[in-house]
Amino acid sequence: MLSPQQATERVAASVGARYRRERRFQMYGKLAIGSALVFLVLFMANILQKGIPGFFQHYVTLEVDLDRELLDPMGDASVDSLFAGNPRRVMQLAIYEATGAESRADQRAAFKLVSTGATNRLRDMILEDPSILGTRMSIQFAVDDDADSYLRGFITKATEERRRRVKDNQMDMIDRLQAEGRIEYKLSDYIFTGSDSRNPELAGIKGAVIGSLLTLAVCLSLAFPIGVAAAVYLEEFAPKNRITDVIEVNINNLAAVPSVVYGILGAAVFINVFGFQRSWPIVGGFVLALMTLPTIIISSRAALKAVPPSIRDAALGMGASRVQVVTHHVLPLALPGMLTGTIIGMAQALGETAPLLMIGMVAFVVDAPSGIFSPSTALPVQIYMWADSAERMFVAKTSAAIIALLSFLVVMNAAAVVLRKKFERRW
Amino acid sequence: MEATMENTRTTGTADVAWDHDDFQTVGTPGHDDPRMTAGNVDVFYGEKQAIMNVSIDIGANEVVSFIGPSGCGKSTFLRCLNRMNDTIDICRVGGSIMLDGQDIYDPSIDVVPLRARVGMVFQKPNPFPKSIYDNVAYGPRIHGLVDSKAELDEVVEQSLTRAGLWDEAKDRLDQPGTGLSGGQQQRLCIARAIAVSPEVILMDEPCSALDPIATARIEELIHDLSSQFTIVIVTHSMQQAARVSDRTAYFHLGRLVEVGPTKQIFTSPQHSLTQDYITGRFG
Repeated sequence: MLSPQQATERVAASVGARYRRERRFQMYGKLAIGSALVFLVLFMANILQKGIPGFFQHYVTLEVDLDRELLDPMGDASVDSLFAGNPRRVMQLAIYEATGAESRADQRAAFKLVSTGATNRLRDMILEDPSILGTRMSIQFAVDDDADSYLRGFITKATEERRRRVKDNQMDMIDRLQAEGRIEYKLSDYIFTGSDSRNPELAGIKGAVIGSLLTLAVCLSLAFPIGVAAAVYLEEFAPKNRITDVIEVNINNLAAVPSVVYGILGAAVFINVFGFQRSWPIVGGFVLALMTLPTIIISSRAALKAVPPSIRDAALGMGASRVQVVTHHVLPLALPGMLTGTIIGMAQALGETAPLLMIGMVAFVVDAPSGIFSPSTALPVQIYMWADSAERMFVAKTSAAIIALLSFLVVMNAAAVVLRKKFERRW
Repeated sequence: MEATMENTRTTGTADVAWDHDDFQTVGTPGHDDPRMTAGNVDVFYGEKQAIMNVSIDIGANEVVSFIGPSGCGKSTFLRCLNRMNDTIDICRVGGSIMLDGQDIYDPSIDVVPLRARVGMVFQKPNPFPKSIYDNVAYGPRIHGLVDSKAELDEVVEQSLTRAGLWDEAKDRLDQPGTGLSGGQQQRLCIARAIAVSPEVILMDEPCSALDPIATARIEELIHDLSSQFTIVIVTHSMQQAARVSDRTAYFHLGRLVEVGPTKQIFTSPQHSLTQDYITGRFG
């Protein structure tokens, strides 16, 4: 045994080392947080830098003769008549005029500068307001993605002509159009209103966003009630025996099953057995619901466990039945935790790609889905498909879609925080 | 009985080994006008026996206190009286517990109405995280005791008044019950318990989380309530038992050692274990 004096000396001698260790430990913590922040900032900066240009594109203003004969051969401005017309010719005339292209080669080159979506735009404008037929007006058209690449400086004359997609004569035409002030760089009107397209300048995220929302709606309306019911039963009613132990272990294991496996299961069961069609949001919703169920069950059970037993005792002691104890007291108190878990599960489902590939939501779908029984794709899958595309301009589109996806996630997580705050009760 | 007394006298320590059949409670476990009668009650938690062969009457409108060292089974026994032990999976109860001549462990007895007849107040004040009004109104609502809002208002006011909380709470009935002080919360819990007009109120160390002033108010309240209700209270404080109860029961290692009029238990206990406990030899 040390004397009190010796002990005091020893303690004093060890204090310095202890404080140094504490400072070192705090340093490690700060370094860890710092490096995480650096990565996050780099990631966000990269995505934003690449993605924000994806929301913009170049437009060219052309004087168009809206020739009645060419556009509306039947003369009644009906859909049939307009589709029988030849807006392509009208566009050709407009672009030849603007660029002054005379030789066949130049004319062909000039027509390639305007997006192939231009004829659709003409048709839509006439359908909306048939009175413009026969007039001459200036209209903005998206430029072709290759021309856009040149305008953005991705293609330069430094490359050998035969190795680039924009030839010298086209470059000269673009330069002239730009000098005349016909070219404008502005927010793309296709990115939010368009769906998938082979032409990057026409591609938009509308179809993917709607597909994702429909899929998530199916997923939520299935996974939340089932998950909560399972959690409540397991936590509040089920006897604690071997069977419930096995169930519990299996639920925990399911949470760790790779998501692609759920996709294969979905393809086997929902498509082959139930007869749903591939690419339907309802199939995607079912598969994602299976995938998020373990997350919801586990977090809901944790929320139920966190309800103080004294509340259950109080209600039971008043003569409440077990169902009343759960519905009157336990569920309201556990709801914030359950909602948080659910939204985290939903956010996970929103970002999930692999199982959707398995059930065919990777299809090239040009129209926005009209319901849970129409072919559709989803945001993460859209990102995956665009990232796989060869065209230079899809790089920006991909990042733009990533920004949209991240915005969704931020909104959902914010909703989780708000809901938790709103339903939280203190005791 | 003489033999047992001899036996325990000679051993005289806390860890006496009893023979199940020989042991008998000393004093007066019976009552002329019993509201509840426990006969040969055994309680097991899995393999472990927590209560051994306890028999006691709880008389109408009397206050009985259970005392004893920690782990002696007094709370376990109390929770048998309204079957709160049912919530513990591994808990088994043997013997019989009668309420007004009816065995509460009979399969035909529904535990929900039973708990409306035998109310409970817990160690830690546990108001629901709802308004004061809703706390008191909860029991009458779920049991369908009232037909109108006016009637419910009256029950709430009466219960709070009886629990001595009306003057403090009448202006803040819509505020959360959890915002009250500890003593007020416990009185709220008592108001909540008496709102369903039970016959018996079980109190499991109701003052152990309260300061002396709040404790004194609860004790007064118990005294007032005893005119209408039968009250069983578990307490760690011998002074409290002495102050509030008509009869006192001393539990030891799952046995009911001695029951008697409170004054007698504290002045001239018959059993050596009781004597040791109240004189502070252990506990």
